[in-house]
Amino acid sequence: MKYLLKRLVLLPPLLLVISFLAFVLVRLAPGGPFDRERKPASPEIERALLARYHLDEPVARQYVRFLAGLVRGDFGASLKYRNHTVSDIIAQGLPVSLTLGMLAFGFSMGLGIPAGFYGALRRGQWREHGVALLTLLAVCVPSFVVGPVLVMLLAVKWSVFPVALWESPLHVVLPTASLGVYFAGKVARLMREGMVQTLRLEFIQTARAKGLSETAVLLRHALRLAVVPVVSYSGPLLADLLTGSFVIENLFQIPGIGVFMVNSSLSRDYPMVVGLVLLYAILLLLLNLIVDLAYHLLDPRVRHE
Amino acid sequence: MSEANLQSPTGRAWQRFKSNRAGWCSAWFLAGFVLLAALWPALAPYPPDAISDAQFRPPSAAHWFGTDVHGRDLLTRVLYGARISLLVGGVGAGVSLVIGVLWGAVAGYVGGRLDGLMMRIVDVLYALPSIVFVIVLLTALNGILDRSQARGWSGETSRSVQLLGLFVGLGAISWLTMARIVRGEVLSLRTRPFVEASRALGAGHARILWLHILPNVVGIAIVYLALTVPAVVLYESFLSYLGLGIQPPQASLGSLIAEGASQINPIRIYWWVIVFPAATLALALLALNFLGDALRDALDPGSALDQSPAH
Repeated sequence: MKYLLKRLVLLPPLLLVISFLAFVLVRLAPGGPFDRERKPASPEIERALLARYHLDEPVARQYVRFLAGLVRGDFGASLKYRNHTVSDIIAQGLPVSLTLGMLAFGFSMGLGIPAGFYGALRRGQWREHGVALLTLLAVCVPSFVVGPVLVMLLAVKWSVFPVALWESPLHVVLPTASLGVYFAGKVARLMREGMVQTLRLEFIQTARAKGLSETAVLLRHALRLAVVPVVSYSGPLLADLLTGSFVIENLFQIPGIGVFMVNSSLSRDYPMVVGLVLLYAILLLLLNLIVDLAYHLLDPRVRHE
Repeated sequence: MSEANLQSPTGRAWQRFKSNRAGWCSAWFLAGFVLLAALWPALAPYPPDAISDAQFRPPSAAHWFGTDVHGRDLLTRVLYGARISLLVGGVGAGVSLVIGVLWGAVAGYVGGRLDGLMMRIVDVLYALPSIVFVIVLLTALNGILDRSQARGWSGETSRSVQLLGLFVGLGAISWLTMARIVRGEVLSLRTRPFVEASRALGAGHARILWLHILPNVVGIAIVYLALTVPAVVLYESFLSYLGLGIQPPQASLGSLIAEGASQINPIRIYWWVIVFPAATLALALLALNFLGDALRDALDPGSALDQSPAH
């Protein structure tokens, strides 16, 4: 418990460092936010724009100004999408990304955990090799391959699913599958590994010697420990999935926030990048904390340390 | 005791690796693939960017993989792309190996405050989305390139610089896990009797690190390196898919896939422009992963899956 409290206390300074790093990093890239549009803008106009967003001040002062805004819950205004604040854009896109992310997370867990569990039980049989090959194959086809191929076959050729957009439940299927396949393979591999390791431990033999049924041994004793690697992977995975995927959102024209992470970095939309980085960092750190909590519940050995 | 048990640990690892059929086949496959990709410029009937009128021809005897939007031979483009993808994957993973091992070894060996600080830095970098970091790095590099082109650098030089940027950028984002693993290993090695004996005999820190610590980290570092290569290949493809990595007319597997994906339309399906690059990428990754798994099983028997059938 004390350990967890320590972790919680460390969170705010860690986030402060991350925000500062992101703040400086985006400003290191050459070019400014007002370079691309209205290329022949006169120096006066550009100077006025820079002054309007306080970009002519020293970075240290800009950062203090940013922190002052942050205290009020204000991430600043987007430099690219005028008249929109960063919070506005995130508030609009986040629910979509959250939905898609949760669905893909459920997809990869729902497919990966049983596949890995089954693969570990059928050791040394062709079924084991079949499952192993399938899961490995899944890890070798990234979403930017699965997505276009699925679209080509199921949407364009056979018209089973709509090609793009984010409207009905039917629109959800292809993006979820394209995003989830890779991670399902990863989860399955972790699960299999964990299961194989666990089944070699002595307490499994004890459980069998007690006369427990094989189902009880596997589901009540082995599964609980074997799932630990998957649980520790699920923290970063969820943080990744919930903040949206550029490839999928771009391919299916889904209005999430994943596209902004890439596009804002490219267009030097400084406040937008810093806001998204902070969002990701907060999610990741909190989820990792929850993962650590889950260890305590799942693995009794951790509790005694 | 069988003869195998009398061998050195390295010899035993080699035996284990050779008995792993999937790993062995993958190693040969990759060797052949690299050879083919390297020799293809000499064998190819078509130069990589020879534009012709034969646009979007399906696979045939003349063009085994068909042709693309500019009538270029897809097989040639895929092999050129694979060459760059594998090169970036190998060198990028190598960069991550160097940074990760040094960082982890120093943190674990010195310990105390410095260890705490170095590992907090790793924590912070973990929480920073790598894509932001990479974009800043690559755009900074492109800025330099633009200016240098004005100064009259040749296309060849700027292409090499761009490749160099990819190596460094990808290496710089994938060393974190390596550092953590090595640090944990060094932390436990530091207190082992043979290290303390060496210290008692008056060996300096550099000598202990170089002679006693690092050789014992090599196994786990190779294992993780083998798992990093496919990850870097994948990330490079992702960057090139975004248009940030290899710039046209050069291609990597990722940019070829992106090109293929942009040709999807309801009127006419040019399946080969996406299927062949994607299948090549998948096959290469599959072999790299098999190889990585086999190396892990051979070098790190603690986590190896024992070869006996289920009880």
